[in-house]
Amino acid sequence: MPLRVWSALSELQPGAPGLRALTVSEDQWRRAAQDMAAAGGRLVALWASGEDERTVPTVHAAFVADPGGLVLTLPIADRDAPYPGIEDLFPAAARMQRAMADLSGVHSTDPDTRPWLRHAAWPQTFRPLIDPPSLATTIGLAIDSYGFVRVEGDGVHEIAVGPVHAGTIEPGHFRFSVVGEKVLRLEERLGYVHKGIERRFTQLPVLEAHGLAARVSGDSAVAFSWAYCQALEGIADAEIPPRAAWLRALYLELERVANHLGDLGALGNDAGFAFGLAQFSRLKEQLLRASHEALGQRYLLDAVVPGGTRRDLGRVGIPLLRRCLREIEHEVLTLRLIYDEHEGVRDRFTGAGTVTSELAARLGLTGLAGRASAQAFDLRVDLPCEPYKQLPVNKIVRSDGDVAARVAVRFDELHESCRLMQRILDSLPGGPHLAPVRVPADGAVGTGLIEGWRGPVLVALEAGPAGSIRRCHPHDPSWLNWPVLEHAIIGNIVPDFPLINKSFNLSYSGHDL
Amino acid sequence: MLKTLRQIASIGIVSEPPPRPDESLRLRDGLQDEIRAVLGRALCIRHIDAGSCNGCELEIHALNNPLYNLEGLGIRFVASPRHADLLLVTGPVSKHMEVALRRTYDATPDPKLVVAIGDCGCTGGIFGETYASCGRVSNVIPVDVAVPGCPPSPTRILQGILAALARSVAPVTGAGEPP
Repeated sequence: MPLRVWSALSELQPGAPGLRALTVSEDQWRRAAQDMAAAGGRLVALWASGEDERTVPTVHAAFVADPGGLVLTLPIADRDAPYPGIEDLFPAAARMQRAMADLSGVHSTDPDTRPWLRHAAWPQTFRPLIDPPSLATTIGLAIDSYGFVRVEGDGVHEIAVGPVHAGTIEPGHFRFSVVGEKVLRLEERLGYVHKGIERRFTQLPVLEAHGLAARVSGDSAVAFSWAYCQALEGIADAEIPPRAAWLRALYLELERVANHLGDLGALGNDAGFAFGLAQFSRLKEQLLRASHEALGQRYLLDAVVPGGTRRDLGRVGIPLLRRCLREIEHEVLTLRLIYDEHEGVRDRFTGAGTVTSELAARLGLTGLAGRASAQAFDLRVDLPCEPYKQLPVNKIVRSDGDVAARVAVRFDELHESCRLMQRILDSLPGGPHLAPVRVPADGAVGTGLIEGWRGPVLVALEAGPAGSIRRCHPHDPSWLNWPVLEHAIIGNIVPDFPLINKSFNLSYSGHDL
Repeated sequence: MLKTLRQIASIGIVSEPPPRPDESLRLRDGLQDEIRAVLGRALCIRHIDAGSCNGCELEIHALNNPLYNLEGLGIRFVASPRHADLLLVTGPVSKHMEVALRRTYDATPDPKLVVAIGDCGCTGGIFGETYASCGRVSNVIPVDVAVPGCPPSPTRILQGILAALARSVAPVTGAGEPP
């Protein structure tokens, strides 16, 4: 049935605008997912909840489609019977379902029952999000074995990389099957930086956990802390002052530009053009210093707080940021010309790690990388919250799907974000930057959804009694894009992997939780 | 090419003088003299993310930008612990990284230094000690210097690295001189 029928059955979900929620039965769960897939809807997140042994566990799925977002909830009456998986409709669901089995002990019908986030730190019988921490037993320092898919044939060999990589990179394991230099298959294994974030949330007061949200993935601190606050303010019925919303957008765009500057330099470097790294990292440092002077922090890890922002932007800060952004924009124009005209760089970027738009649509490639493969979705335009309702964003889309396209999207978005920030600095409303937020009611459920620099960041929050958190699930867009990287590398040569990997620049910490 | 050269010439040299080492960050005084004698003026660092949120990594990256110009001080990052004199460790140590961190430490030749970076590296930070996290770095391997901050600025990180070396690098004079 059409999506508007599901939509009519659902009710408004507090938090991000345009989100609706619906509790479904097992067969409705599959049918809704099928209708969503048929209508071109995208999976954003899957997670499970259930407080302890006595409560009925539930599985949740968040989708975004043309009319808006839909959060489905499926109660599981029999914990030992598998619930219907949706990995055939949305391939990225496979790893999320495996992670739910590792953390909450709910199993899907997917025949791939290998653990995903669980290595050797806790036994299969311990469910970190359900069982009391006192039951956690370590199984010791044993290295667990993992069933990588073997590629066999004449001359095929394996290259195992990680978890510790040869640079300042987060840890993860990559298993390449290659013939000569050509990659036949890449299989990722993640979960190394799993540090129990979701369990930790339940030990923090709901009004103070935005700091943990900011540290889910440090490079997306504003996106995560904003999404957390959006969910919280939704269930606490709190209005944030207009100035706070505009300041949050300023922070989010600053975060986007800082990351794009870093990536553009690193991508030049990975293509053998160290000049690019030197120039872009200098510009990034300029931006961080301006941010420190104007806002008191180089990285805005504690800038977004429930009810608004931690501090106001002073009168000195506005011209300072404006000048810095102008300088950066001007220099980036020069550097872009240099990148475009550099034959070596062009040669490495063009045609490397291509994800066609068909493949991107089928696998659900999202965010920045998705927009480089013609997936024209951006929450700031599609489901705008304040202040983006009054601050129209130009969607940046490319269709080639290669490293060059992901570089081009970054260049274009960098200029677009600078333009947005100049507009924010021009029309920043007056008034307070912070309003009080009350403790939400026990059992209230809200969802935050923010377009971070990497893609859509979701935070699902359920309040507990007396200002506690019953369940909080932060979801990084990397969950959707990691599986696509395995496809992007096929047929490329091993030495191009660092370049292709960097062009996606996915989060390990945000994924491993 | 001309544009590239023009850009290099117009920006010029932007490197800043390094900070003084901050001795207060030092946790222990082990093999200092021996280490200093071995290391001279070239220090090789291996960075290990043992469970960080990737915030500290951003600031470690910044050390290599032209303003902090770490390589200009004779300090560089290397790709293998076997080439390293100093391990720069970030994050609370996740249980899943415990083995990898111990093995990296064991693979680093003696004498070696360990600098723990960030609030998480120093204390476990907001993540603490849980079923999935071992907490601070010193719970897993011996730590010489701990640099707090979330994330610590590049200047603070550099002060910590220099404190581990117990040397001041500015100004550098004759080769191989004792610090």
